[in-house]
Amino acid sequence: MSDDWIEACQSGDIEKEDVMRFDQGDRTFAIYRTADDQYFATDGLCTHAKVHLAGGFVQGNIIECPKHNGRFDFTTGKAKAAPVCVDLKTYPVKIESGKIFFKPG
Amino acid sequence: MPVEITKRDYSLVGKDTKAAEERGLADAQWYACNISRSRLKELMQRKDGPAIRDTLIWFAALVITGTLGYMTWGTWWAILPFAAYGVLYGSPSDSRWHECGHRTAFKTVWMNDVVYEIASFMVLRESVPWRWSHTRHHTDTIIVGRDPEIAVPRPPDLLGIALAFFSLKNGPKEIGKMVMHCFGRLNPAEATYIPDVERHKVYRNARIYILIHASVIACAIATRSFLPLMYIGLPSFYGAWLMVVFGLTQHAGLAEDVLDHRLNCRTIYMNPVFRFLYWEMNYHVEHHMFPMVPYHALGSLHRELKDDMPKPYNGLLEAYREIIPALLKQVKDPTYHVQRQLPRAIQPVTTHAPAAMATA
Repeated sequence: MSDDWIEACQSGDIEKEDVMRFDQGDRTFAIYRTADDQYFATDGLCTHAKVHLAGGFVQGNIIECPKHNGRFDFTTGKAKAAPVCVDLKTYPVKIESGKIFFKPG
Repeated sequence: MPVEITKRDYSLVGKDTKAAEERGLADAQWYACNISRSRLKELMQRKDGPAIRDTLIWFAALVITGTLGYMTWGTWWAILPFAAYGVLYGSPSDSRWHECGHRTAFKTVWMNDVVYEIASFMVLRESVPWRWSHTRHHTDTIIVGRDPEIAVPRPPDLLGIALAFFSLKNGPKEIGKMVMHCFGRLNPAEATYIPDVERHKVYRNARIYILIHASVIACAIATRSFLPLMYIGLPSFYGAWLMVVFGLTQHAGLAEDVLDHRLNCRTIYMNPVFRFLYWEMNYHVEHHMFPMVPYHALGSLHRELKDDMPKPYNGLLEAYREIIPALLKQVKDPTYHVQRQLPRAIQPVTTHAPAAMATA
């Protein structure tokens, strides 16, 4: 395995249609699990007010920020609704032996 | 001994703005009551059903009272249906504006957006500037110099509050801003919270609003009748009083510059009719603490959190028994505020971080 991939958690650590916070050093990320068991990773803070997205609400492919209800498509990082205007950075994810890895770059 | 009155600067570009930033009150972390992630997830679930039902009832009531107004126009009887039409137009539009602005009322996004635009127009608030203003209100709730939606700055302007019942203070201001936006300009406060990429929408929408109002006025002139204005335009004024009755209870008389919504918001028990008109915003502490929870789940959220909340007010009357004396005291002593009793000592501020968290 490449050193670039980081183990975030076990696949079962995140409920379906939910999100989990993952901190590494001074960086923070959000790891998502969809209803059909796909996993995604993005930066952990909302691009609007720097709130942890892991406290937010997952509905389909959308993560809603817990503070101001701004919305991102976490599969693409695209900002979907005000007050978020700046896209979220996304990262590649892979699953190996039931573990979730992502590549923060 | 007389209290020296020091007027605070409630503008968003003044001395108190800088002071709030220096004191760490801007973009700060707020207290949040403890609730399990799984329960919060249940409460955050969106539904279309309740908001479709409520919106249909609301519009049906507008059509019925509006029709009765038309049928009785020219007689004194018209006062009754128009009093009802006006309050249905000018007051629940505030709560609809609010809930749909958060995009939590409906599950379907476009339904939130459509009702948001209609309600914004009805309540005489431009949809884009007020969305951003309300965003700031949630970031910095009742932080002086940061929150653009402090309804009762201290010392309270009692005449201004009285005028607000018929939008006679804010209404002309909003129309003035609308005209300014038509010319592609923002005021300095708006410039602090409306990002560049959104500004073209402000100017476009202002022109649409003005066009609609001008068309209604033209229609009134052409028909030599006030009747068109009784349906669109004037109800934002003559029907605003109930919005103010509800809205003043949210924060008036409570603490400024605190990072705990339990100290600067009120939760009030209300009857089902008021809760319908106000879309459950009587659970105001809960709404501010967890704005992702839709209006129809706020009662359940309240039951989850009430052990960690101050005692709720048992009706509007109980709330106003506190608010009116508090505002009168603040006229003489602007430092006075109601101190809410917390069930236990304030805990350290927590974040909204969920239970599940991993660290490398």
